[in-house]
Amino acid sequence: MADTQHDTGADFDLTQFYQIFFEEAGENLDQMEQMLLNLDLSAADEEELNGIFRCAHSIKGGSATFGFADVAELTHKMESLLDRLRRHEITPIPQMVDVLLESADASRSLLARHQAGGVGEAISTLDLVRRISDLAAGAGQTSAPASPAEVFVPPVPPVVVAPPAAVPAPAPAPAPVAPVDGERALQIRIGPLERAELADSIKELFRDIPGLGSIGDLPCADAGCRLFSVSTSSTDDDLLDLFAFHVSKEQVRISAAGAASPAEPAALAPATTPAPGPVAEEPVTPAVVYPPAHEAYGFFSGAPGEPQAIDASAAPKAAAKAASPAQMESTSIRVAVNKVDQLINLVGELVITQAMLAQTSRGLEASANQQLLAGLADLDRNTRDLQESVMSIRMIPMSTVFSRFPRMLRDLASKLDKKVELQTLGEATELDKGLVEKITDPLTHLVRNSVDHGIETPQERLAAGKSEHGTLTLAASHQGSSIVIEVRDDGRGMNREKILAKARERGLDVSDQMPDADVWQLIFAPGFSTADVVTDVSGRGVGMDVVKRNIAALNGSVEIESAQGVGMRVAVRLPLTLAIMDGMSVGVGDEVYILPLSSVVESFQVKADDINTVAQGSQLVKVRDEYMPVIELERIFQVPRESGSAPNAIMVVVESDGNRVALLVDELLGQHQVVVKNLESNYRKVPNVSGATILGDGTVALILDTGSLVRRVRY
Amino acid sequence: MSVMGKMAEGTAAREYLTFRLDQEEYGIDILKVQEIRGYEPPTRIANAPSFIKGVVNLRGTIVPIVDMRLKFNCSKAEYNSFTVVIILNMHQRVVGIVVDSVSDVMELPPDAIRAAPDIDSAIDSGSITGLGSVGERMLILLDIEKLMSSDDMGLVASE
Repeated sequence: MADTQHDTGADFDLTQFYQIFFEEAGENLDQMEQMLLNLDLSAADEEELNGIFRCAHSIKGGSATFGFADVAELTHKMESLLDRLRRHEITPIPQMVDVLLESADASRSLLARHQAGGVGEAISTLDLVRRISDLAAGAGQTSAPASPAEVFVPPVPPVVVAPPAAVPAPAPAPAPVAPVDGERALQIRIGPLERAELADSIKELFRDIPGLGSIGDLPCADAGCRLFSVSTSSTDDDLLDLFAFHVSKEQVRISAAGAASPAEPAALAPATTPAPGPVAEEPVTPAVVYPPAHEAYGFFSGAPGEPQAIDASAAPKAAAKAASPAQMESTSIRVAVNKVDQLINLVGELVITQAMLAQTSRGLEASANQQLLAGLADLDRNTRDLQESVMSIRMIPMSTVFSRFPRMLRDLASKLDKKVELQTLGEATELDKGLVEKITDPLTHLVRNSVDHGIETPQERLAAGKSEHGTLTLAASHQGSSIVIEVRDDGRGMNREKILAKARERGLDVSDQMPDADVWQLIFAPGFSTADVVTDVSGRGVGMDVVKRNIAALNGSVEIESAQGVGMRVAVRLPLTLAIMDGMSVGVGDEVYILPLSSVVESFQVKADDINTVAQGSQLVKVRDEYMPVIELERIFQVPRESGSAPNAIMVVVESDGNRVALLVDELLGQHQVVVKNLESNYRKVPNVSGATILGDGTVALILDTGSLVRRVRY
Repeated sequence: MSVMGKMAEGTAAREYLTFRLDQEEYGIDILKVQEIRGYEPPTRIANAPSFIKGVVNLRGTIVPIVDMRLKFNCSKAEYNSFTVVIILNMHQRVVGIVVDSVSDVMELPPDAIRAAPDIDSAIDSGSITGLGSVGERMLILLDIEKLMSSDDMGLVASE
């Protein structure tokens, strides 16, 4: 057996790198999407364009390294388009953002396919590649950019010395056309570098970018330097910008071919565009981040030929710019979730041990054991603090959920021809990671619903005297030990009459006198399509009943407020965490069960004649004016009971999905926070039980699933 | 399991943890055993088969306890301070089994293992991988993983 266990080899390491790449690429795509959405087309900030370019570049570099040619090709095209944008050779138009977003999606799905081991059909990127190329070539441009020499003629056939087989054949993509006619022969000296190989990546630039020109090696006397002969039509500035991804600008000397010595440093001076910041792959000094162009002119005009001075003045700014991302990295670490869960488990154990000690110490004489008791009190406090801080590790801010909505809303609004603005409040509100994953789908549905059915078209809005833009608000806040997430819109609201009519049509028990809140709850009835209720637009995906059920499964609840013509508000109330729950422990026979406190309505003592029996032995108890079905836990859970022990005496009324039942138990034992444990990880699903917890004495108690108990009698 | 198991069987002796149920002696792959503990009363689970005694707290993990003596129709199943629970760890699932006693750990070379004859027993005979002979003793070798994940154990959701 032992020898078969050691078959992990070098392959393992490679997969690890894959994983890192996929994670990084995912982050880069997220970041790119974010920046694209925030991009102000009329006044595109260079820093932003550079940022987007950097993202595309990093993904391209990574995917080429790992041999994902399809992703590399697509991101390469994106990069080309972005490159022209950031040089202001073309002006940004909305179609570009669209195509870039779509390409980001495509890259994501291609990457996902690679991550899954390459199974399944790869989506075709041909169309995207063509559209990007068209846009990069200037299609859709309204006014010609400033540069006189830049006419949109078919690009110059790329002068490629040796087309490498590995790189996908470049489509007729835009050449970075420079305002210089004809090609120039240059000598480029790079160095001194600690690792001279870095300079070789420059050559790849010439290979990868069609139309850039050709490059050849020249012998160089200095070991840390490389000398290239270059034939290009690009300007020095363009070349410097390109090189900045691989080597810092100070290390590049460009001179006309044949010049005996490298040009004086001043030749570098007119750096008109800020260089892109550090790219992940290579060590670049912070000084690469140049001050914005207009300031740079000031420096250069004042001190030509004094690069030292430039560096000195640029350095503080550069440092300031570099500081913020660097800080972000150093203040957070990436940890596997299972490590955190393990920590939570251990702390849970500690809490139980502490509770046990506390229980045991109660019998001790206070005066004789003063020190021990004081120590135990300290332990009690420290464990609680520790538990709280450990639980907070799992908490992540709501912004991670909200961040996916701008994109969705944009797509949705353009599809429906509506104008919607998104407002988010309380993004810093923290929520358990497990909940975040589970709340995203219901929230997505609610948002779609609001945009689809709630918010009117611009014409309707104007006619109703509202602003053309609808506003959708996502708000999160803490209220006690729950978190409330609201989806608000200022649309048309729900139509009470229509809902009532629809409900009657479906044979639901409704009356015109029903309070609004009850009417709104009707839309959660299974099969009650909101599309039919409010508009003719068809609903997609899950219905509201599924939303409600999903949220109920998280021990949460949904409230709706709506005013016709004014808007609608859906509030989702959730417990802060899934891992800890407020529970009420009840005793049945010798056994202990836990009820989620959130579902307990009231409890009272009953006498035998308060319970009425109806046909087939089902029992009802009258609580004030209402007859409620009774569930004997003893019977459902087949609790063994020695004859002669106390009869059931207490009813606990629990509510789920708006329905109430009374549970018959022997005694109420207390309320406490319980750590919820999964029963299914080692066993199977048990009917009427949602999980288990560990009591103060170390034994296990089952947590009742009030939802299924209620369904048991109601349906 | 089968391919790897056969390869390993062909090359080296494997170690088995042996335990007694009534008069019979069983052996299971030692690598599946996480630990051995004393019996503590578990929390009963309603409507579970009688041989599933319930769940216990094993350092924060909820672990189901199966009484093999009830499962294998042994004549008596007493719980006292000598009752032993073997905690098994199979594919990230942790299960405890109650046995009469744990005997020892022994190494069995492949040539000491005979194929199991087709017999009628309380368990699916596919869960018996073979019969091991150690001197005069006969060991019934169990594929405990297969046994525990079989449908009639009711430990894993069948749906």
